Amino acid sequence: MTLEEKQIEIVEEFEVFDDWMDKYEYIIELGKELPIISEENKTEDKLIEGCQSRVWLHYEVKDGKMQFSADSDAIITKGIIGLLIRVMNNESPETIATANLHFIADIGLQEHLSPTRANGLASMVQRLKMSALKAI
Amino acid sequence: MVEEKMKVPFDVEQIRKQFPTLSQQVYGKNLVYLDNGATSQKPQVVIDAIAKYYSEDNSNIHRGVHHLSQVATEQYENARATIQRYINAPLLEEVLFTAGTTAGINMIAFSFGETLKEGDEIIISAMEHHSNIVPWQMLCERKKCVLKVIPINQKGELKMDVFESFLSEKTKLVSVTHISNTLGTINPIKEIIDQSHQAGAKVIVDGAQSIQHMKIDVQELDCDFFIFSGHKVFGPTGVGVVYGKKEMLDILPPYQGGGDMIAKVTFEKTTYNVLPHKFEAGTPNISGGICLGTAFEFLAEQDLDAIAKHEHHLAKFAEEEIVKIEGARIIGTAQNKTSVVSFVIDGLHPFDIGTLLDKQGVAVRTGHHCTQPLMDFFEIPGTIRASFAFYNTMEEVEIFIKALKRSVEMLR
Repeated sequence: MTLEEKQIEIVEEFEVFDDWMDKYEYIIELGKELPIISEENKTEDKLIEGCQSRVWLHYEVKDGKMQFSADSDAIITKGIIGLLIRVMNNESPETIATANLHFIADIGLQEHLSPTRANGLASMVQRLKMSALKAI
Repeated sequence: MVEEKMKVPFDVEQIRKQFPTLSQQVYGKNLVYLDNGATSQKPQVVIDAIAKYYSEDNSNIHRGVHHLSQVATEQYENARATIQRYINAPLLEEVLFTAGTTAGINMIAFSFGETLKEGDEIIISAMEHHSNIVPWQMLCERKKCVLKVIPINQKGELKMDVFESFLSEKTKLVSVTHISNTLGTINPIKEIIDQSHQAGAKVIVDGAQSIQHMKIDVQELDCDFFIFSGHKVFGPTGVGVVYGKKEMLDILPPYQGGGDMIAKVTFEKTTYNVLPHKFEAGTPNISGGICLGTAFEFLAEQDLDAIAKHEHHLAKFAEEEIVKIEGARIIGTAQNKTSVVSFVIDGLHPFDIGTLLDKQGVAVRTGHHCTQPLMDFFEIPGTIRASFAFYNTMEEVEIFIKALKRSVEMLR
């Protein structure tokens, strides 16, 4: 599945929710399932400090594909990270660096990526892309 | 002070009708606005005054010979007089317009700071907003002064015995908040002012969270400075007030140089304008000043005692319901408290709760509320804060509690 196909899949998954709370119920479930970053990787250099919630992001490159794991102290932030990682995992650094992540806006969560939201997600996406650029 | 005969009886439904932002839906739900500690909504009279100023009266003030300039100047100075009356300042020139509380504290920190020398001491408290911490740290670095911090107890009350022990002939300034934005604690400000004065220190009261909740009489308080923002008291953003005793403002050097604050400028020497202009360099926020005056005219007509009772009732009911939730803990349980309810719920992040409340139409503030040292003291990353104003209703508190319970269930 391409990165674009994964985005479309998520958008379709969210189409069944006509209520905001149902949408968040699902995000919270995703947050609980997120492959958590191992404790040894939860170091200061992997911490992205938001004003409210904190995010840790770790990545590895295996056979030319990027693998991410992450964590956050806030469960909704974690759920959205889960979605981002699902889209980005197993993609080449080139694909990630140039990806247009429209699915977040399509499912109505763009507010979480606003730099003013202060949950660390905007910085996290930036760091995801930077890590891809470094890996190219 | 405000004349009693002008009061209109308190009726929350009548009040609400005057605040158009309140009657809207967010995410398909009726908006429940409980973030009044961050900023207040604006009554129609203030909104109309802003539109009127820019539609009819816009002009620069204090300089023009033409009609509009005189109209704008008169309105701006009338607003100053309205605020003077409201806070019972003895003199008109003791009311300075600034951009807000932060700007006001920075101004006094600079100007007062110029009179200090190495080893002089400044006292603040552990519950200050960053705006009443950082300017003093900057000053202490610049002038090699010593900053002392009054500690608090677990209820979020100042340890007054420690404060007393801090006071000495080295104490030059005490700058404390009247009401904590995070905890709602109402500090014994009169006691602080009197004790500081006995020690020969001057006092700044950060009134950002008190001006909208209680009668402020600067003569009764006898504070040397009283500083607040317009936007928290139903006025526009970008404008605020520093009340300062004339005897102080006369001896302090100006903060910023520029237009309006000068008497005469030559390249050899510049002399400064009289008060209040000495501290009002440049074109001010004219519309902001005028419309803040409108906000105070509006407030002067309200029954503040009835409002205080109403707000207290809302906060008390909210607290009672919140503590029924498993793992919920109120942060800030001072004996004397305003209508601010800060709380945490064990195992749940304030950000998650705030996000879910938002989607149910309830606006609260989450995070550290610009009081990081206070969060460190309570060993929490942040709180969820519901702060009430006179236009909030019991029904809204009920909606908030219901939404909160649903959020907690979803997160657990």
